[in-house]
Amino acid sequence: MPTVVLSSGSASLSLTGGVTEFEVEATTFRRLILELEKRFPGLGTQVEESMAVAIDGEIFQDAYSAELRPGSEIVLIPKIGGG
Amino acid sequence: MSKSHVTTTINGEAAEFLCETQQTLLDVLRDVVGLTGAKEGCASGDCGACSVLIDGTLVCSCLVLGVEAEGKSITTIEGIAQGDHLHPIQQKFLEHAALQCGFCTPGLIVATKALLDENPNPTETEARYWLAGNLCRCTGYDKVIRAVMDAAAVMRGETV
Amino acid sequence: MNYISSDLKVVGTRPIRPDGVDKVTGRAVFAADTRASGMLWGKILRSPHAHARIVSIDTSKAEALKGVYAVVTSKDFPEIASEEAFVGEGPMNFRDLSDNIMARGKALYEGHAIAAVAATTAALADEALALIDVTYDVLPHVIDVDEAMQPGAPVLHADMFTAGVNPKPATASNIAKVVTFKKGDIDAGFAEAEVIFEDSYTTKPVHQAYIEPHACLATYAPDGQVTIHASSQGHFMIRAYTAKLLGIDMAQIRVNPAEIGGGFGGKTLIYLEPVAVALSRKSGRSVKMQMTREEVFRGSGPTSGASVTVKLGAKKDGTIVAAQQVLKFQAGAYAGSPVGPGAMCGLAMYDIANVDVVGYDVVSNRPKVAAYRAPGAPISSFAVECAVDDLARKLGMDPLVLREKNAVVNGSKTHYGPTHTNIGFTQVLEATRAHPHWKAPLAEGHGRGLAVGFWFNIGGESSATVHINEDGTVMVATGSPDIGGSRASMGMMAAEVLGIPVSKVKAIVADTASIGFTFLTGGSRVTFATGMAVTQASEKVVDQLKARAAATWDIPVDAVEWKDGKAYPAGTNAGAFEPLDLAAIALKQGRTGGPINAEVSVNAQGAGAGFGAHICDVAVDKETGKVDIVRYTAIQDVGKAIHPSYVEGQIQGGAAQGIGWALSEEYIYNAKGQMDNPGFLDYRCPVASDLPMIEAVLVEVPNPRHPFGARGVGEVPIVPPMAAISNAIKGAIGLRMPDLPMSPPKVRAAIDAG
Repeated sequence: MPTVVLSSGSASLSLTGGVTEFEVEATTFRRLILELEKRFPGLGTQVEESMAVAIDGEIFQDAYSAELRPGSEIVLIPKIGGG
Repeated sequence: MSKSHVTTTINGEAAEFLCETQQTLLDVLRDVVGLTGAKEGCASGDCGACSVLIDGTLVCSCLVLGVEAEGKSITTIEGIAQGDHLHPIQQKFLEHAALQCGFCTPGLIVATKALLDENPNPTETEARYWLAGNLCRCTGYDKVIRAVMDAAAVMRGETV
Repeated sequence: MNYISSDLKVVGTRPIRPDGVDKVTGRAVFAADTRASGMLWGKILRSPHAHARIVSIDTSKAEALKGVYAVVTSKDFPEIASEEAFVGEGPMNFRDLSDNIMARGKALYEGHAIAAVAATTAALADEALALIDVTYDVLPHVIDVDEAMQPGAPVLHADMFTAGVNPKPATASNIAKVVTFKKGDIDAGFAEAEVIFEDSYTTKPVHQAYIEPHACLATYAPDGQVTIHASSQGHFMIRAYTAKLLGIDMAQIRVNPAEIGGGFGGKTLIYLEPVAVALSRKSGRSVKMQMTREEVFRGSGPTSGASVTVKLGAKKDGTIVAAQQVLKFQAGAYAGSPVGPGAMCGLAMYDIANVDVVGYDVVSNRPKVAAYRAPGAPISSFAVECAVDDLARKLGMDPLVLREKNAVVNGSKTHYGPTHTNIGFTQVLEATRAHPHWKAPLAEGHGRGLAVGFWFNIGGESSATVHINEDGTVMVATGSPDIGGSRASMGMMAAEVLGIPVSKVKAIVADTASIGFTFLTGGSRVTFATGMAVTQASEKVVDQLKARAAATWDIPVDAVEWKDGKAYPAGTNAGAFEPLDLAAIALKQGRTGGPINAEVSVNAQGAGAGFGAHICDVAVDKETGKVDIVRYTAIQDVGKAIHPSYVEGQIQGGAAQGIGWALSEEYIYNAKGQMDNPGFLDYRCPVASDLPMIEAVLVEVPNPRHPFGARGVGEVPIVPPMAAISNAIKGAIGLRMPDLPMSPPKVRAAIDAG
């Protein structure tokens, strides 16, 4: 099962009740969002709207199609812009 | 208030225009004559984007009144190339990639023309001080100065 | 397809850019260079107060002035609900943006827009502004970030309750948000440390200072169709914001991208366009607006000023085992400073087991900050890289050795979570060590400084079309405004794939009605993401060209190969045919199946992160405190330089902006909260005589996720300069300058204080 790490954005921590690391049954990013929303209401929406996700080190800003593997490291981070 | 009638020469051609007495030469060139190559970056003479030559002298056209063009000869960026033949300064700016956004470029080229007309063989330091009145925010001036020095060498006939 | 190991003919060369001649002859059309028939001039009345309740606005005298055709205030804009938007850079709230372009209820900073007029001439519009009567109830203001965080500070927004703290605070404050990043056990890390260094740093807000002031020309036609001509880093961004802020369908709005005279992040949001459209709607005439330089300074975004502390703990062998950072960023009048990326980037260069970073996004009575080149990273890195240098001194280690010892490599886990992949930091450090500048003897009295920097780089949504003209020349259109020569690199990538000279390719920027959605030019994404779209569209065109050759020869398409701009039969079995070049196929495209073209839209992922290292030598005049940059070298992993001259240009320009940030640029406020230096004479950007040549060293570690190996390059170079210079000054005079800018009065005062 992929592991989700909430390393940042303590705004999200209030939704998980302070839990920072958990496993999620999901094979795609879209399924992950739905699972997050089910487990921690509000978190899926927040991830979708204002966060990026790093899967095995690579940052995805919008990643519906990104594949998740068993053991994938999924890190939720704030979206990144630039100048 | 009635407008002033000004008779002048712009880029080698006789020209006439009507302007308000308080209108700057920059506004007249851009809004009355229709030459928009000179740019307004600050309207206070600090950025050099509006540089033009009046009787060969480099000025910020935002600090000159339109009526002051009476009887003078004005050179703008539009008058630097000869027909479709680019001036060596323009050619070297292109070759050296001495522009990124290109907004300050007309002013820099006019200012460089004034420099090389007066001093065909400037040192790098002289070029840097002469162009200190022309702000460029994109390039860090490195390629600009290289283009200026290279154009000077071409105009002296040392290289092509 | 991937071309990283291919023998490249166009990519990597230095052709003249397609828009070059227009730009050296004055023909290029920037935002303020256009007119429309019957056009009016729009001007904005701005608040003279840093913080004030707007009691009333009487526009009747202005409206009565002959030649004035429209006056608008916030009443002419729909009230927008609080809603997060990701249209521009960083999270932006639509309601805040609406409030920022036309104040509703309160003026939150000096320069905040209060009302706007449209009149037949600019002078008349100014006259009309003077006739608008605004009654203000002036409120106490706060400018400084630390003061704004204090209990009892004037609160800007009664509904601002700090996000990111649990439980939610009971009272409103100026702290919009707290972000935290933790890795390992910070207390255990410091307990393990044998040497600890700690210091505090401040930076001032600095403006992007693009030389072209914001400008636009807008027409609202009687049938509701809107045309906008404007310069920005994203014309789709202008369309989205204008539609939202005025309640207009996007299909009714067409935005034409003018040439843009610099942006650096500052043109990733809007100020004028909805106002111009509102004035046009009210007057029935086209409206042109152009900010003065003073308005640019007072009314458009600089980046944050900040207050930062750093604490580092290391073993005696130089292993950094703990790092703690507190960042307090000014957001300006509305939430949204780049403290998040600042908190992620500052320590991203180092593999440290125990990290604790806290960042505060703090509002105060200043203009709303806008993105500026690697937003947040330069501020955060200035503090970290000064601290790392002083830690090296405390350890008695060479500053490059300390950095090498702790540098991240592929597989290092960052403190903000992700693991670094496909990075070239090792190669950057190797190039630094090998560079003659690093080894050159230092002149008497000079100091040498080193600093490194990081930026993520991004990908995102981009669209491109490639059309084959009847004569075999090629059009490439993208939706990315060209801010620094990207049309050249787009044309080059297409030419490479098509196998033709770049002179046969013309690249343009298409308007919002003529190409698919494209996210803005920023985050160093264009060469990467839009370049990917151009490459894929070119490949689709090659597929069609091969199919047309196959049809001509009456052989299967897989028996055709494309090489150097020509179709060949693939091997002798395919038949003996004379090669068909692109021009020959183009000429007959109607007969062989119709026009040949392709449009590709991508949401590019896999933008490779960028790392840089800057070496700087300074001379300090001890009498005046003036610092001169004597020699400057910027080394950076650029993935693959598509057009090396423009890659070097990005690095040189970024370094120069960083030098200005370090030595001379700052917003200066008076006691009333008004900016005292809103002009280029007193806001001191570097000029040619302030700088030496800036040597850009291109390290090429290809990004495997881009067809040519490109990574973003524009942002990294502004990250290291401030610390490199502070470190060089310390080398020269033995004093740490922790506060920016390191201007002559400050340096002189530090020397006097010893």
